[in-house]
Amino acid sequence: MEPHFKWSEAGPSFFDFLRQQEPVLLPHFAMEGQASREGVLPVPAGTTVLALRYRDGVTMAGDRQATEGHQVASRRIEKVYAADDYSAIAIAGAAGPCIEMARLFQTELAHYEKLEGMGLSLEGKANKLAQMVRGNLPLAMQGLVVVPIFAGYDLKRDEGRIYKYDVVGGRYEEAEYYAIGSGGKDARASMKKLYRPDLAEDEAVHLALEALYDAADEDIGTGGPDFVRRIFPNVKLVTRAGIQEISDDRVAAVCEAIVNARRSTPS
Amino acid sequence: MPLPYYVSPEQMMQDKAEYARKGIAKGKSIIALEFSGGVLIVAENPSASLNKISEIYDRIAFAGAGRYSEFERLRKEGIRYADLKGYAYGREDVTAKSLASAYSQVIGNIFSMEIKPLEVEILVLEVGEGSAPNELYRIAFDGSIADERGYATIGGQAEELKLFLRDKYADGLDLERALRLATRALEAAASQKVKAATLEVAVLERDRAARKFRRFGLAEVRDLLEREGNGGA
Repeated sequence: MEPHFKWSEAGPSFFDFLRQQEPVLLPHFAMEGQASREGVLPVPAGTTVLALRYRDGVTMAGDRQATEGHQVASRRIEKVYAADDYSAIAIAGAAGPCIEMARLFQTELAHYEKLEGMGLSLEGKANKLAQMVRGNLPLAMQGLVVVPIFAGYDLKRDEGRIYKYDVVGGRYEEAEYYAIGSGGKDARASMKKLYRPDLAEDEAVHLALEALYDAADEDIGTGGPDFVRRIFPNVKLVTRAGIQEISDDRVAAVCEAIVNARRSTPS
Repeated sequence: MPLPYYVSPEQMMQDKAEYARKGIAKGKSIIALEFSGGVLIVAENPSASLNKISEIYDRIAFAGAGRYSEFERLRKEGIRYADLKGYAYGREDVTAKSLASAYSQVIGNIFSMEIKPLEVEILVLEVGEGSAPNELYRIAFDGSIADERGYATIGGQAEELKLFLRDKYADGLDLERALRLATRALEAAASQKVKAATLEVAVLERDRAARKFRRFGLAEVRDLLEREGNGGA
């Protein structure tokens, strides 16, 4: 289908524009429809993602594995995406709708910025995402749950902020750290013991990877660092200077340090 | 009952064209110039918030001259068109060529079907990826479309600017020289000095990652123009 060029009365939201004008392009999660509990197909699911605040902003990290039942569906999936220059979104749940939601959210933010001539506030972005999560409720009832963590740098308040969501689109701000997914609880337990609000960048990256390592240790769905294939978790930093991806080499070095430290005390 | 007057189609089109031209002639002008690092867009615009130049997509920019409400609406529809296409297919599939032809259709339809034509002229600009050439499309009030090389001008003094640039433009200018040339052209057409505060300047930078569009702040424009003063030419 070729997109039509037409005069529309749409507002600055791409999500609303799609819903009004081109609903066939909407991902399943936002389509109207009756939920049924029958006939759920097995789909790949993403596992552990986390966010934590540190001195300069927030860091977000996620493992790279997607599982389908007890099988590994993908070893290299990405779960942490840059939403724009000052925020990132990390998603756990059914992989297909998750990736689609992240892509739609990225388009949404850039669309608003171009139409209005200025970007949304961090609060505004977080609220828009809540509406999108709410749109997924019919599918969530069928087991295709998509739940994100959203984090970014609030330029007005000059601090990093973290938002978590529930299945029905409830939006809650977290003051320190949060993790979701099948290994989310383990990652949270790990951060609970080690977290300090005044972490420096290196310490924050280290803690994020440590928590992911613990999650992979306890949860079969979460992938640990893969030294054989050289696949390592994704880590992103969001600060006043913008968003930045930590290089694989740096992540690998930290993972190696964590593994070496545990060799002496494997517990 | 009085009979309706017969107006020949030629006469009707002529009247509409004259009406549109008059409306556009009242507005200020815009220049787009290819320079070594991409495409420079310079508009005379006393307002700091009501923009004439805008980002459309990763490599595509828009500039509109004439009636603000009309080109602003075209700009917004262009962004919707581009974002929709990029979302449905892929980011590289959004091209200035298809957008320009969509604009040309819409503007042309309004010109022939509606009583009041749009009093706008627009530019759709794309910076080439890697060593690919840039694309500059100019679309007039009647939907006619032109593919320009080197530079493109729209607005009240588009013709004067074009004449000025025909003699002075050269390939491979750097950013500073290109901005200087555009400012000179605007000054020559208006026969008065142009202040940095009344210029709206943006670029599509070839070497930028992902989104190539960048708007210049007043300080940056002033800095570039002052450097010009010291450097001389």
